[in-house]
Amino acid sequence: MNKKDLISITDYSKEEYLRIMDLAADFEKTPNQKLLEGKVVASLFFEPSTRTRLSFETAINRMGGRIVGFTDAGSSSVTKGETLHDTIRMVSQYADLIVMRHPLEGSARYAAEVSSVPVINAGDGANQHPTQTLLDMYSILKTQGSFDNLNIFLVGDLRYGRTVHSLLMAMSEFDNPIFNFIAPEELHMPEEYKLFLQEKGIRYFEHREFTDIISEADIVYMTRVQKERFSDPIEYEQVKNVYILKNSMLKNTKPNMRILHPLPRVNEISTDVDKNEKAYYFTQARNGVFTREAIIAHALNLK
Amino acid sequence: MNDQQKKKLKLKVSAISEGTVIDHIPSESLFNVISILELDKTQNMITFGANLDSDKLVNKAIIKVSNQFFEDDDINRIALIAPHAKLNIIRDYEVVEKKVVEVPDRVVGIVKCFNPKCITNSEPITTSFKVISKEPIALKCKYCEKITHEKQMVIK
Repeated sequence: MNKKDLISITDYSKEEYLRIMDLAADFEKTPNQKLLEGKVVASLFFEPSTRTRLSFETAINRMGGRIVGFTDAGSSSVTKGETLHDTIRMVSQYADLIVMRHPLEGSARYAAEVSSVPVINAGDGANQHPTQTLLDMYSILKTQGSFDNLNIFLVGDLRYGRTVHSLLMAMSEFDNPIFNFIAPEELHMPEEYKLFLQEKGIRYFEHREFTDIISEADIVYMTRVQKERFSDPIEYEQVKNVYILKNSMLKNTKPNMRILHPLPRVNEISTDVDKNEKAYYFTQARNGVFTREAIIAHALNLK
Repeated sequence: MNDQQKKKLKLKVSAISEGTVIDHIPSESLFNVISILELDKTQNMITFGANLDSDKLVNKAIIKVSNQFFEDDDINRIALIAPHAKLNIIRDYEVVEKKVVEVPDRVVGIVKCFNPKCITNSEPITTSFKVISKEPIALKCKYCEKITHEKQMVIK
């Protein structure tokens, strides 16, 4: 298959990561490039995701494309019992590209097999969300100037958080990263990822809290610790405040350090951090539009 | 029952002139093996026995299929549920070749993905796994990318 689908972050090579970064920088310089003129993009959201959908639709609009699709499965043929197979078969005859979000894991890989046009995965359950990872990478590159020799702190739910797993996989392609995992016992980084780093000879450290070590970080990537992930509610009560980032913790951090978060945030970053120049999460969301323009251009060989 | 009597009993399962004898199947996997090899659809004569004594397995099963021979790729499909199965290829009542099964690098169909949220468990999709460990077996789903371990394996 020569279609340029993007289903998992590992579908792209290191060269492709760098190419997306170059294209994203180009789209940031000139966001409105009418490369999708006369093209139709299907935006199939089988479950709602306002942020991701608006980001994609903004990217498509800025590129001059037209959008067809639906914003949740309730308003689609799924309610009539149509299979994913049939929906994708049909839509791929209408559109030039499919962007899809689906609650079931593996749905995007399957859709790519069924579809005759490229499929971009905008999230398949808890499995993959590669465009988020690429926008995280673009944010890292923009703020650090390089992917090499970075000390990356991953904080919060490292067990179920798909964004941290994908980011770890992608960043491990570059030179000499150091990972610091900061998570409660119940939500620690799964063994398979630690084994993966060991095999690549990449250094990582595990901690239960990060106030004392945050001064070493180049990137602090925050995620939410959700109450429903804990089997023991007492355990949650004990740890819930440990994984909250407060402005007072940023005093001795490196000047180049930036705070990322995939959003939406609940309370894991205090609002007093927002004014700090090291808070980067809203700019990160903005970078998502340029990164998605880049991914679309790459998928359709427009650049 | 002495050894002599046991031998006589074994002989009651008739020998075949041409075909394949699949031996050392765990008894509980017998019907899954029959189904994976589609022996339930064949017109050839089949005899099978289960709960037989064996040196290696407490409870082994055996299948004799007349006039049928299997490609390695086909026979390896049973490796997941009968890893110690042995094949005897029979020509003119003689064993002319012995084969053992081997866990393949990819498993297509046969096994269910253990992840209830995997798309293969909600649409009629043939499962497909990369075998990432053969002993004990670990299968990585091509779709949801989750790993099904031997203990969690359910045959479709």
